[in-house]
Amino acid sequence: MPTFVYMTRCDGCGHCVDICPSDIMHIDKVTRRAYNIEPNMCWECYSCVKACPHDAIDVRGYADFAPLGHSVRVRRDEEKGVIAWRIKFRNGEKDMELLAPITTKPWGKHIPQLSDVPAPSQAMRDSQLLFNEPKYIRLDEGELHTLESNGLVMKEGVYY
Amino acid sequence: MAYNTIVENNIDILVVGAGLGGTGAAWEARYWGQDKKIVIAEKANMDRSGAVAQGLYAINCYMGTRWGENQPEDHVRYARMDLMGMVREDLLFDMARHVDSAVHQFEEWGLPIMRNPKTGTYQREGRWQIMIHGESYKPIVAEAAKKSADKVFNRICVTHLLMDDAKENRVAGAVGFNVRTGDYHVFKSKTVIVGAGGASNIFKPRSVGEGAGRVWYAPWSSGSAYGLMIQAGAKMTQMENRIVLARFKDGYGPVGAYFLHLKTYTQNCNGEEYESKWFPALTEMVGKEYLDTEGQHLSHKPIPTCLRNHAFISEVNAGRGPIHMVTMEAFQDPHLEEIGWHNFLGMTVGQAVLWAATDVNPKYENPELTTSEPYVMGSHATGCGAWCSGPEDLSPPEYYWGYNRMTTVEGLFGAGDAVGGTPHAFSSGSFTEGRLAAKAACKYIDDGKAEGIRVSDEQIQRRGEEIFKPMEHYRVNRNEITAGSVNPHYINPRQGLDRLQKLMDEYCAGATVNYMTNDKLLQIGLKKLKIMEEDLEKIAAEDIHELLRAWELKHRHLTSEAVMQHTLFRKETRWPGYYYRGDAMKLDDANWHVLTVSRRDPETGEYTMEKAPCYHLVGKDE
Repeated sequence: MPTFVYMTRCDGCGHCVDICPSDIMHIDKVTRRAYNIEPNMCWECYSCVKACPHDAIDVRGYADFAPLGHSVRVRRDEEKGVIAWRIKFRNGEKDMELLAPITTKPWGKHIPQLSDVPAPSQAMRDSQLLFNEPKYIRLDEGELHTLESNGLVMKEGVYY
Repeated sequence: MAYNTIVENNIDILVVGAGLGGTGAAWEARYWGQDKKIVIAEKANMDRSGAVAQGLYAINCYMGTRWGENQPEDHVRYARMDLMGMVREDLLFDMARHVDSAVHQFEEWGLPIMRNPKTGTYQREGRWQIMIHGESYKPIVAEAAKKSADKVFNRICVTHLLMDDAKENRVAGAVGFNVRTGDYHVFKSKTVIVGAGGASNIFKPRSVGEGAGRVWYAPWSSGSAYGLMIQAGAKMTQMENRIVLARFKDGYGPVGAYFLHLKTYTQNCNGEEYESKWFPALTEMVGKEYLDTEGQHLSHKPIPTCLRNHAFISEVNAGRGPIHMVTMEAFQDPHLEEIGWHNFLGMTVGQAVLWAATDVNPKYENPELTTSEPYVMGSHATGCGAWCSGPEDLSPPEYYWGYNRMTTVEGLFGAGDAVGGTPHAFSSGSFTEGRLAAKAACKYIDDGKAEGIRVSDEQIQRRGEEIFKPMEHYRVNRNEITAGSVNPHYINPRQGLDRLQKLMDEYCAGATVNYMTNDKLLQIGLKKLKIMEEDLEKIAAEDIHELLRAWELKHRHLTSEAVMQHTLFRKETRWPGYYYRGDAMKLDDANWHVLTVSRRDPETGEYTMEKAPCYHLVGKDE
């Protein structure tokens, strides 16, 4: 479902160019507006649609299997932490609005800066533990699982 | 040809490709290397790059050990069963014992994970899967990686790894170009963690024309994980183990939540259950150990994904297609109906677009399913990738050479699709592998293993010329023709991709030949791939965007050759439903209960193949 850009809404800001994972949203040199240069490398991931500040980008289903006349639109709001979708069927019989959270916390505020946390001890370095472990990886207060602790061995051959 | 040459010196940890594996690596590296220089080189923009760019509606690998739900070895046994025994159980156990800590941190960072209102634990979709509102999964983990990295270079297509000129078989960084500016970028680094992706688009897709981008795995997954490491001479494993997906037709929308949470099921065109009738013959092919239809319910072993594919393919070939997903029951419940749609919007919007375009309302109509073209990757239900060392406390001698997740090239590490033998890692497991690789890479440096690395100007110069050659080739030969794309001296990247896909499809068991191949077909295929290598020296790029496509194609070609070599080597049909060796239609445990390992000589391009022992986790007293 390749993207396309409405001529009257696009102002050539380039947000879509900046975000497209497939490098296919480019600015046309003559009109100075964005367009999809390679629809057959578009994954309809909607990254550009979500990033466009003017709602100028839309999606029209792939010509090889999707008939015309449908619509799936989206608005993603980072401040409110929600995403709103609207799906309209071709025959007009279904018109759905769906809302989902995208984050539960203010953006980026709850990720620790690992250069500022206390440095790992030598014992920690020599262990198999990762940052913040063994928190979350055990039911009890025990250490990391090992072959020994779980009563296992690695054996060569055919076992099922 | 390059506009400028930009050199980044004295890097300790270079992360190539910042998907879930790469972001995990960059994030964790800061903890173990608080004074180290950590740099990310990413082909797109890391806020929306990799396979999780558009989001996920589930995390498919979560043990729930702290709730007492599963032990790491339970997951190992599940992955072993699903992959017909062919997995690296040391790496899997290691990933499984750490993965929960990654998932809980995602929640702390703001990822909305659904909770079971009764128990307070994470909402299960299946035994290993939990449900999330993951539209912003990737931007959230990208924030974490950015906090840890000294520098992030977006829009750098990394084409080659740099090798140490002082010591053989040791990595020294990477090179590539900026897909916007055309600048040549040189990253000199003590270690490299490859977090780049697996390969879509190397087998001819079922879609045609405009729809060719609607592949199951992202179209930007260009097999660069393999292309980069194979070129550097790293050993690869299980590259024959491509995956075929049974998915909603055309849109390739996910079926996991439908099967597991919505309890939908499949039937043939006559409304009949069809899977079980194929199982007796299938048991003959693979043996009772792998498919015991009578004992299956007692043992609670899930039926391997490939075998369910086999039943699907066989039923369609018998003339009773299409296979339908029975949604009409579940969708009568408005809550489940909403989940069904959210599931697509969270990770495969295209499927919602397709149903809106074709007026398919699953409440009143059971949608069609199909089996996809094959994909080559190492983090979903298949285990292609580099042959890597496991951790000290788990790995037998054949699997251990000092540093966790280090490839057979010194200082070169992998995560996610890059690591072989570790299927069912998915997003959370890939992130975890990145963390493990980062800790090991820091240790490698602290142990003094990266001392005395030297990169010659000659190497940098040579790679630079090689990278921009397709643009030079275009410039030189363009004016021989009037207009258009037909030129006797070059092919463009799209033409090359079409050739690769046709060849892989027809000779290496693609969808149009019903996933069938044999020794003779593979021999022809290999010959054609070799000739194609010559044409890839004559590939033409009109602009920097095409140069990006040219290098993606070269990485896909290197990946394809490895797939072909491995498929030829393993003389058995280990995964019916993923592919068939027509000349060896049975699973052969006597000769092939082993992992396949290859190495391509970077100088000559010659392949050597070997078998590596397959170790399994068993109880101490077994």
